[in-house]
Amino acid sequence: MARKDYKKPLPHLDEENRWFFEACARHELVLQKCASCGTVRFYPRALCPSCMSSKTDYVRASGRGRVYTFTVTHQNQAPGFRDELPYVMAYVELDEGPRILTNIINTPPGEVKIDLPVEVVFEDIDENLAIPKFQRIQ
Amino acid sequence: MTLRGKTAVVGVYEHPARYAPHLTQYQIMAESARGALADAGLTLADVDGLCTAGVGPIGVIALANHLNLRPTYVDSTNLGGSSFVAHVAHASAAIAAGLCNVALILYGSTAASERFAVGTGGTGAFGDPPDAYEAPYGPTVVGNYAMAAMRHMHEYGTTSQQLAEIAVTTRRHASLNPAAKYHDLITVEDVLASRVVSSPLHLLDCCMISDGGGALVVTSAERARDAKKKAATVLGAAEAVRHTGIGHEDVLEVAAAQSGPKAMAMAGVRHDDVDLRMVYDSFTITVLLTLENLGFCARGEGGAFVSGGRLAFDGPCPTNTDGGGLSSNHPGMRGIFLVIEAVKQLRGEAGSRQVKKCEVALCHGTGGVISRRHSGVTLLLGTAI
Repeated sequence: MARKDYKKPLPHLDEENRWFFEACARHELVLQKCASCGTVRFYPRALCPSCMSSKTDYVRASGRGRVYTFTVTHQNQAPGFRDELPYVMAYVELDEGPRILTNIINTPPGEVKIDLPVEVVFEDIDENLAIPKFQRIQ
Repeated sequence: MTLRGKTAVVGVYEHPARYAPHLTQYQIMAESARGALADAGLTLADVDGLCTAGVGPIGVIALANHLNLRPTYVDSTNLGGSSFVAHVAHASAAIAAGLCNVALILYGSTAASERFAVGTGGTGAFGDPPDAYEAPYGPTVVGNYAMAAMRHMHEYGTTSQQLAEIAVTTRRHASLNPAAKYHDLITVEDVLASRVVSSPLHLLDCCMISDGGGALVVTSAERARDAKKKAATVLGAAEAVRHTGIGHEDVLEVAAAQSGPKAMAMAGVRHDDVDLRMVYDSFTITVLLTLENLGFCARGEGGAFVSGGRLAFDGPCPTNTDGGGLSSNHPGMRGIFLVIEAVKQLRGEAGSRQVKKCEVALCHGTGGVISRRHSGVTLLLGTAI
């Protein structure tokens, strides 16, 4: 799919986040870990809010986690979403700790539950950009 | 240094508009200013402080232009729907510090006549850094609150019936408020039979989108003694923000947990002293979470706390007696109406929905989106210091 044909909002790429989505394009979910104090943080940002260090390690996440909470959205007039109702929005708690907002896809909405084990699956937009989503682990 | 007893709300006005394609936003604000100043027994010439939110980025200057005001203190802090509650605190601090004497707080919106889908239409993107990790997933406002409701049900066994009780009681209050949009009583069954917008929230768990606006006049306690009507003294206030942090969002802990205790300590009041709760009701779950986080009940006990009509104006815990955003009005940023109703109740002007003994009122505004990023502002008002 070309970027211009994609109707949902895409991330506005900048110097703090481009590396994250490029990693997604390689089908890798990568988290930042502070090289000074060791705190893992999500969403990505240049400075560690725990110690204000700019030194960052990048660690590949397992891509596995569990549904922390979710909703089945039946109404959204925004382009792209209104064609895919109902869809599932969720927070997934990664095995590494952080809770990240996402969609649960490839899974019937009626079968999504809190604590459901899920794994990352990447929606490819183009060679430099993919969106991480999650699906039930079969 | 504290705000306690330094200032008072001496004039209020709720614009009657609920659907007003014939009015502009600034006209609604000007008409509200006229109403609140008349209520206070003051004129535009007395005003030297001006606060607003929900206008353009520097719209507060245009608003001064529109009213031909030359204020010495201006504040257009935008925290979402809680902004106007914060403005009462900011104006009070400014008055206590001598920056102005009479502050006018204004709100106007034509959200309904512009068909602005506040809760279900947006992409959720404001251009802020976290949007890159959220907007692609279709985070509607109702969807984010729904995720908090889902988690509350999972952790504590809260039911859709219990959330519906909030909508039912709030509608009963609206039926007693001539200005409210909806007057027909509803039942728990009606709420559960309404369509699911974002599970587990039904249509009648959600506030409406209306037009409307309002105004508040705040001045010093000294000057308030000459006010036309009984003044509502500012007893305490505090603000807070709550967000996803570095990735460990607890969707059941909201900003009220931080702002509530601080504001109540400043006011020197305990939960038992509070006669009226005016809490932002964007959704039924917002009320339940706010009451829990303010400490009116323990976390997880909100479902039982709101059931059996306990929030009714004639019940043990009167809450949202004007009919709220669920049933009276919600032009997008409802905080100002929390204060307006609190002042009316403290004055004994609330007619058939009057709380019998109302000497201390707590207002809590929520702005932004729970389970994403939001602000909370708690304000305590009283009939005496």
